[in-house]
Amino acid sequence: MSKKQYAFYPGCSSQKKVSADNFLRSIDVVCDKLDVQLNEIPDWNCCGASIGYGEGGQLPRIVLSARNLALSSNQFAGQDMVSVCPACWLASRETAERLHESSSLLADTNEALKEAGLSYSGGVKARHFIEVLIEDIGWDKMQEKVVKPLGDIKFAGYVGCQTNRPFGIAGESFENPQYLDKMIEMCGAEAVPYDQKVTCCGGALAFSEPDKAQKQIRDIVESAYDHGAEMIVTPCQLCQTNVEVYQTEINRKQGTKFHMPVVYYSQLMTVAYGGTAKQAGLDGQVIKAEKLEKIAGK
Amino acid sequence: MTTANQNAVARYKNSFLKEVEANVEDGHMVKMCMQCGVCAGSCPLGNAWEHSPQKLFMMIRAGKRDEVLKSDSMWMCTSCYNCISRCPRKLPITHIMHGLANYAYRLGIAPQGQPTQGVARMFWDNLAKTGRINELKFAIDLYFKDGLASGMQVVWNMKEDVLGLVKANRLNLLELFSAHECQDKIGIQKMLAKAREIEDRRKGFTQ
Repeated sequence: MSKKQYAFYPGCSSQKKVSADNFLRSIDVVCDKLDVQLNEIPDWNCCGASIGYGEGGQLPRIVLSARNLALSSNQFAGQDMVSVCPACWLASRETAERLHESSSLLADTNEALKEAGLSYSGGVKARHFIEVLIEDIGWDKMQEKVVKPLGDIKFAGYVGCQTNRPFGIAGESFENPQYLDKMIEMCGAEAVPYDQKVTCCGGALAFSEPDKAQKQIRDIVESAYDHGAEMIVTPCQLCQTNVEVYQTEINRKQGTKFHMPVVYYSQLMTVAYGGTAKQAGLDGQVIKAEKLEKIAGK
Repeated sequence: MTTANQNAVARYKNSFLKEVEANVEDGHMVKMCMQCGVCAGSCPLGNAWEHSPQKLFMMIRAGKRDEVLKSDSMWMCTSCYNCISRCPRKLPITHIMHGLANYAYRLGIAPQGQPTQGVARMFWDNLAKTGRINELKFAIDLYFKDGLASGMQVVWNMKEDVLGLVKANRLNLLELFSAHECQDKIGIQKMLAKAREIEDRRKGFTQ
């Protein structure tokens, strides 16, 4: 069967030996199992993330994303541009939509793109990898590939912000999206109901306003514990890093004893699809996901 | 007062709403606010805002230029988009907050030393250099911004996590010497400079 083809925009955190190195490895396995081919856009650049707003104005940020859309269109004409990072997806999709809506913005953008030897005329659809999974592959095919149900592990599905807002996944609600829980259940595990599913982890303010962000993170981890979760699972690189890494800092400052692994949905899928712990990137957890490693090792 | 700020004051005189509509991202939507307050109640950092988005919108219409632009409220935005998804009038509140903060910053009247402003600048300078973020340099710039001693203290406090990330292959100390970067970093720098030049012209920062 021929593979489904997509232009791939990995984003800064999903490269080798950086913060979501392990995420990318598990995405590779999921793609392989589901006959998806992600064609990396040559020389893609940073989207500016949300925090870029402070120094970069609106046009510089739009131009950053427009360069990626232009490269995608040149190299992989006709393919949707797919991101695994919510911030990359948000910036790309917003830019694609704004450039489609405003010819004066498109003209300004092209004036700047010319400096990098590029031009963009529109037409690229920026999508999230989860949209590809749900809309193009479908639940049935994803389910079919499960060979190792995850058994009795209880997960708190933590959707966070930007995978969910402002665009979100079609047909899902902003307040209580179901797809992540459904993915957990598809992998044969249990999704616990808890009340912090779409709470903000503080985002980039984890760096500038640590106390305020750590209050958010504490609420999320605490609620996951209170509802019986053994691990948190998320689709977002910044959520993963913030919620995993700052547990030590919260323990140190507030005397809590948090030790909750935080993994990606693609890591669950990799293990359920029969991948090894290493293929799933579980060696990339700062707080080890021992129960998941054990199943992968069976 | 900076020249850019003087020019803006002279040009818009008493109409701060017009100034926001012309120069702030999605500023033309400010007048759509019906003061329901859902944004204020939906913000994860709500209690850290001196003025909620709802209040800022009314202050803009009331011409409270200094109070709005010099406030550090907008800098509390975590970009969670909760306000946008809940706003009954569909105001792009997150964008307007980003736009207000950036406009104040570019006018030179945003609060000095505001931490998120500092991190935003650090992040942008980092990405603009090579087209991609160098996470190691970002972490070093961030934690050592107040000098070596306080930086070492932060690293010491977080040593388990720093070591954990290095061991997990998620923080590469070699990024100091050789990092992920774009091949056409020169083109990207020129492109960003041009974009800024166009925007400055449109917003009257340059004559």
